[in-house]
Amino acid sequence: MSDLQIKKSSTVYDAVIVGSGAGGGMAGYVLAHAGLKVLMLEAGPFFDPQKNSSQLKFPWESPRRGASTYTRNFGDFDAAFGGWQLEGEPYTTKNGTDFQWFRSRMLGGRTNHWGRISLRMGPHDFKPTDGLTEAWPITYDDVKPFYDKIDRMIGVFGTVEGLENEPDGIFLPPPAPRLNEIYIKKGAIKAGVTTISGRGSVLTEALPDNKERGACFFCGQCGRSCKIYGDFSSSSCLVIPALKTGNLTLITNAMVREVLTDNEGLATGVSYINKDDMQEYQVKGKIVILGASAGESARLLLNSKSTKHPGGLANSSGVVGKYLHDSTGSGAGGWLPQLMDRKRYNEDGVGSVHIYSPWWLGKKKLDFPRGYHIEYGGGLHMPGYGFMDGIEGMNGRVPGRDGKMKDAGGFGAGLKDDYRRFYGVGFGMAGRGTAIAREDNYCEIDPEVVDKYGIPVLRFHYKWASEEIQQAKHMQDTFQEIMHNMGAIANPPEGPETNYGLQAPGVIIHEVGTVRMGDDPKKSALNKYCQAHDCNNLFVVDAAPFVQQGDKNATWTILALSMRTSEYILAQRKKLNV
Amino acid sequence: MNRRESLKTLGIGAVATGLLVEVGCKPGTQKATDDKSTATGKEGPADPSRLPNEVARDKKLAAEKFFNDQEIATITVLVDIIIPKDEKSGSASDAKVPEFIEFIVNDMPEHQTPLRGGLRWLDLQCLNRYNATFKEATSAQQIEMVTMIAYPKKAKPEMAQGVAFFSRLRDLTATGFFTSEMGVKDIGYVGNSPTKWTGVPADVLKAHGFDTVWG
Repeated sequence: MSDLQIKKSSTVYDAVIVGSGAGGGMAGYVLAHAGLKVLMLEAGPFFDPQKNSSQLKFPWESPRRGASTYTRNFGDFDAAFGGWQLEGEPYTTKNGTDFQWFRSRMLGGRTNHWGRISLRMGPHDFKPTDGLTEAWPITYDDVKPFYDKIDRMIGVFGTVEGLENEPDGIFLPPPAPRLNEIYIKKGAIKAGVTTISGRGSVLTEALPDNKERGACFFCGQCGRSCKIYGDFSSSSCLVIPALKTGNLTLITNAMVREVLTDNEGLATGVSYINKDDMQEYQVKGKIVILGASAGESARLLLNSKSTKHPGGLANSSGVVGKYLHDSTGSGAGGWLPQLMDRKRYNEDGVGSVHIYSPWWLGKKKLDFPRGYHIEYGGGLHMPGYGFMDGIEGMNGRVPGRDGKMKDAGGFGAGLKDDYRRFYGVGFGMAGRGTAIAREDNYCEIDPEVVDKYGIPVLRFHYKWASEEIQQAKHMQDTFQEIMHNMGAIANPPEGPETNYGLQAPGVIIHEVGTVRMGDDPKKSALNKYCQAHDCNNLFVVDAAPFVQQGDKNATWTILALSMRTSEYILAQRKKLNV
Repeated sequence: MNRRESLKTLGIGAVATGLLVEVGCKPGTQKATDDKSTATGKEGPADPSRLPNEVARDKKLAAEKFFNDQEIATITVLVDIIIPKDEKSGSASDAKVPEFIEFIVNDMPEHQTPLRGGLRWLDLQCLNRYNATFKEATSAQQIEMVTMIAYPKKAKPEMAQGVAFFSRLRDLTATGFFTSEMGVKDIGYVGNSPTKWTGVPADVLKAHGFDTVWG
């Protein structure tokens, strides 16, 4: 490549945003609507759910009937362009530890396929009182106005409950539970487990004053992304509307290499490789905003070394990459003999949770410090690959139509009838809990490995500890009690040999905390507005600034914090501070 | 976006829109589906939901052949024993389950050795017992053989490999059949079409002893 050169643009944008997911998308939306000239760089291709969704395809329209592949880890119809491994873009782990990193490379990032579960963090999540982890530099009351604005602007269904650490939002009507979920709810409540309507960013009714988005028509396929924008994706709800202002310039297939700084240590723009022509580019901005994901934003900062920032940009504290934490996850499932031979009707519902259990034990003294919530599901779902696998584990456990027990397994007309009888009896439940942010769980630059663009890659070091393992044990015990109360036949529980089903770090895809905020520049990289202590025209708007995640899924908080940071940027510009 | 615009975006025409008004109380009114099966790798217009590398890979997989004629013929007999034609729907081979299995073993190579080896195990069992391969054995002999491996709890220990093979094939047959257009209709899945979800229907709630849609 003798003709390789760096192409420098002379345009100076008001802001350069790296990433188009929830954080980058919201920043682009707010700043472009305020009239700033914004450049957004996205490492993947353009994606518009209206054109690119697999919504309403039937299973036979996939040759593998919706099964997952190397390029579609969550099934052939799932929206994500990306996965646990990307060709030519490795990551590594250290000292035999494990971390799984899911990356979507597409406009809107992982918000195209996510579960739309939209929970606010509560007052105790921002200010924990057990002394185990650092408090955030902000309180729930600081963030509440932004949660409120996002509820109105994007839409979220739910019910007002008045629970202490599960703040209510401004809710659209919730979808009623499916039949299986009514059984779950009854069983959970009997076990003393608070169980309420789910909270999800799906338009169960038309959003007032929004002509671009349609109301949900209940296909249950949010994971495929929605052609009528009936749920929240950053692509459909933030970036595409921001493009319509004329103030946002979007460059797709642009993999950012580093943040550029001047002699004063201030950010001047970024350099990136254009994946289409494989050329190197530099673009300029008065401010630089990172929304590349907790992992990628940390990677970018650590790869942006200069004489002013020898340990990486915004890293004089040395905390960048540290305090990485993902939610804990452990699940269970079973089936309900009472639902055999059930009547058929359209039970697709929404592609988010219809019911869930917020943490119900408050500050009760347990053998683990922080709580979890439970997500549930079950119903007459669309058949797909793996449909009723393992029927031999079911049809020998209950009497046949003639009242006599059958031998498990089988073939022929009797088996065909069994499939019909057992369709729609299954259900599942999944705990999602608070994992402790620890200095020793981190990502760093692997000193020896680069990706195919020559960018040094991340190396992860992450271990669970008793705080998470004991919590998973409590999940398993709770699941068993709920399933017993339901009259269900439960799959065997997970025991100590699997750490009670505790998923490997990263698997829940709620990783946060790598560029944490705080009031003390020695212990944090960003101030309470997500502005770098060391570089006042640099901001981070994804989940990297989280000090300590609660058991709440991160997206609603990413959106709220990004909006808050964006409004702060606008105010500071007026004061000529940035 | 109002409802009419939403339906237009979804590509649902005026006829289907008429049905929609009633769809809440008539869950059986499913929109007609074109046969756009890609299982056989038929060429069609470019699918904007697929990445170019995915399209190329699927095309390559669809052209690959793992099983020989003898093997695919044996699979065809087996899947029709597992899911035969009855008064409600056709057989597994009517639903092109053997073609699905041929595709899936190319897509998921972990199925290849267990299936190939399982077929050979089955043929050897039959040759020893009936002096004929499974496919050449009489129907009665085929059923006798399958009966020995179709019931995991009852099967003799020396049949364990056959049980594992048959359980895998039963799962693949169920997937192949119930994800086909014929099988989806048979199982009674009536979703994947626009509706207004208002909760479990009243008669179902009542049958299960629940008072309201919220339980």
